[in-house]
Amino acid sequence: MTGEAWQIVWFTVRVSALSTLVILPFGIAIAWLIARYDWPGKTVVETAVMLPLFVPPVATGLLLLMLFGRNGPLGSLLNRFGWEIIFTWRAVTVACAVMSFPLLVRTAQTAFEEVNRRLEEIARTLGASEWRVLRTITLPLASRGIVAGAVLAFARAMGEFGATAVVAGIIPGKTMTISLSIYQQIQLGQDTAALPLLFFSIAIVFVTVLCGQIISRRKPSR
Amino acid sequence: MNLVLDQVRVRLEGFTLEIDATFESPVTGIFGPSGSGKTSLLETIAGLRRPIAGKAKLNDKILFDAAVGLHLPPRLRRIGYVPQDLALFPHLNVEANLLYGYRHQGAGNDSLTLKHVVEVMEISDLVDRDIRSLSGGEQQRVGFARAILSAPRLLLLDEPMSNLDSRLKTRLIPFLQRIRDEFHVPLIYVTHDASELTALCDEVLILERGRLLERGSPEKMLGLDRVNC
Repeated sequence: MTGEAWQIVWFTVRVSALSTLVILPFGIAIAWLIARYDWPGKTVVETAVMLPLFVPPVATGLLLLMLFGRNGPLGSLLNRFGWEIIFTWRAVTVACAVMSFPLLVRTAQTAFEEVNRRLEEIARTLGASEWRVLRTITLPLASRGIVAGAVLAFARAMGEFGATAVVAGIIPGKTMTISLSIYQQIQLGQDTAALPLLFFSIAIVFVTVLCGQIISRRKPSR
Repeated sequence: MNLVLDQVRVRLEGFTLEIDATFESPVTGIFGPSGSGKTSLLETIAGLRRPIAGKAKLNDKILFDAAVGLHLPPRLRRIGYVPQDLALFPHLNVEANLLYGYRHQGAGNDSLTLKHVVEVMEISDLVDRDIRSLSGGEQQRVGFARAILSAPRLLLLDEPMSNLDSRLKTRLIPFLQRIRDEFHVPLIYVTHDASELTALCDEVLILERGRLLERGSPEKMLGLDRVNC
């Protein structure tokens, strides 16, 4: 593999990990709120969270382009702080985050729903505040599901293509991910040149998902 | 102990629990068929269910008052609750389970130390163990000890021995008597088992379909001779 290919692999792993870290606190919070409470507009939020799974990725990319473009509501705001999003590595991170968010929320939500509510209730009768119940009972018992959700989100981000291509473009050395590079090689009729990246992309995602499966099936240590 | 449930009404599936009663005995038994509202009554006292009407008071502390919209959260009630399934925290070891409520409510009470409670409940050798490695009887005693260590003003026990065989029940009844005699914690004890009521309770309330049918001594209510008390 060439130095450029290694750089593409490393860049993809970094933005995928970063996007997963960025969505983790929000995903956990929304999943917990959906799983544990009834509130006005809950169904609407649940539906909105799931949208990136079903809306065509290029359409999501276009929406992000409109939001984060220089004249977009978020883009103009971030521009004031000198943060350029579109056609930068930040756009790749945003696209990966948005596209993998539903997987994290769905998996974490299931994990929270599987935590026995009776344990939380008894913790409250033992004097625990809501924050302590969440920190010492709910989160530890849901942790394997949350980790599995984060792994799925990372794997999804590794393979993200459509939204990224629209919002970040295909810029060598700047926004080039494994998926974008494979696509570009195919467009140039250099299918063979794309094979090492294809292999690495499959290998990384395979190992990641395998680790996720092992973690989610392992019995809690304590 | 003086627990007053003043025309408390709780909506349940299919019927409404309506209780107007005062609990003053050291150990009060609640007896009644399945689905009569016994567990819901305990959950209401513990603050896990919100009544639709009435007023509840434990000693001088208002637990619930529908007229002013007051519902004291469970964590501020200092009412221990041991449910039927015990609800021991599976990811914590025995010691961490025991200390879960102790740190916040029990500390400062000199007679209520971890050492003393585990000795009385005969679980000193179990403190480092994994919860899932305990036998049914051991889990039961850990459940009782955890609730006691939270220094409750009232302890609610919901059929705590329903999953145990009769031999194990006989061995565990003395531990419940120790809770009553050693720690002087008032108990409300729900059970289907007449022998548990006669061994432990000063008074028994008969509950049927959410209504209090009658109350009196265990002998009178169950038509049995009192044993082992």
